[in-house]
Amino acid sequence: MSAAGADAPTPYRLYHPKWYRRRVSVWWWLSKPAYATFVLRELTSVAVAFFALVTLLQLRALARGPEAYSRFLHRLESPLVVALHALALAFVLFHAITWFNLAPKAMVVRLGGKRVPDAVIVGANYLAWLVATAVVGGILLGIR
Amino acid sequence: MARPITPLLWTLFSAGGTLAAMLFPIHLVLTGLAFPLGLAEPPSYEAMRRLLDNPLVRIYFLVIIALPLFHWAHRFRYTLYDGLQLKHLFALVAVLCYGAALLGSAAAAYVLWTL
Repeated sequence: MSAAGADAPTPYRLYHPKWYRRRVSVWWWLSKPAYATFVLRELTSVAVAFFALVTLLQLRALARGPEAYSRFLHRLESPLVVALHALALAFVLFHAITWFNLAPKAMVVRLGGKRVPDAVIVGANYLAWLVATAVVGGILLGIR
Repeated sequence: MARPITPLLWTLFSAGGTLAAMLFPIHLVLTGLAFPLGLAEPPSYEAMRRLLDNPLVRIYFLVIIALPLFHWAHRFRYTLYDGLQLKHLFALVAVLCYGAALLGSAAAAYVLWTL
C-alpha cells in the first residue's frame, strides 16, 4: 500500500499550503442530470455484487443439502426479497445496456486494417447477450 | 494501488462487467422473480446437484461470482472517491473493496470445491 503515495497530493502543495480550492458539496452529482446518471451507473455495481452474493448463498444451500436448498427457495419468496430482486434487475439492466453501448468506445476492433463500425460491435454484444440468455434460460428451465 | 497491478484490476473490472451484463439479467429474472412468484418451476435439488457434477458448471459459477465481485470492487471504489469525496482514504477504501471481493471469491471457490 506504500505506493498509494504516488496518487497522493501533488508536490507543489508543499510550497502552497493554502492553495485555493473551491469546496464541492458531497451532492455535486445531483446538480446535473448527466452527473446523476453517471453516479447511478456506478451504483449498478452494488446490484451486481448483491446478486453475486445471492448466487453464492444458493450454492452454499445446495452444498448443505435438500432442506437448506428448499429453505433458500422459500426465503426468495419473501415480498421484501422479491422487491430487492426487482430493484436489482432494474440496475443490472441499466448496467447491461450502458455497458454494451459503450463497448466500441472501450475497445476499438480492427479487421483487415479497417476499424469495425461502432454499430457492428454494439450489435454483436446484444446478439451475444441474446444467445447467453437463451442458453442459461434453456438449461435452468429445462432440467428437472 | 501500486502501479503494476492497475491493468490487472482494470481487466478484472472489465471482464466482470461483461459477465454481469451478459448473464446476470437472466439469472436474476429466474431466481429472483420467476421462481419465487411461481411463474416457472425452479430446478429440483437433485437436478441442480446433477448439473453441478459437471466441473465446467462449477467453473462457470466460480467465474460469474468472482469476476463480478471484482467489477463491483473497482467501480464502487471510485464511486466512494468521487461521489463521497473519500480521496483521503485511498488505501483503506481499496483494501476494503478488493479485500471483500477476494473474500467472496475465496468463499465461492471453497463452496464449489467441497460441493
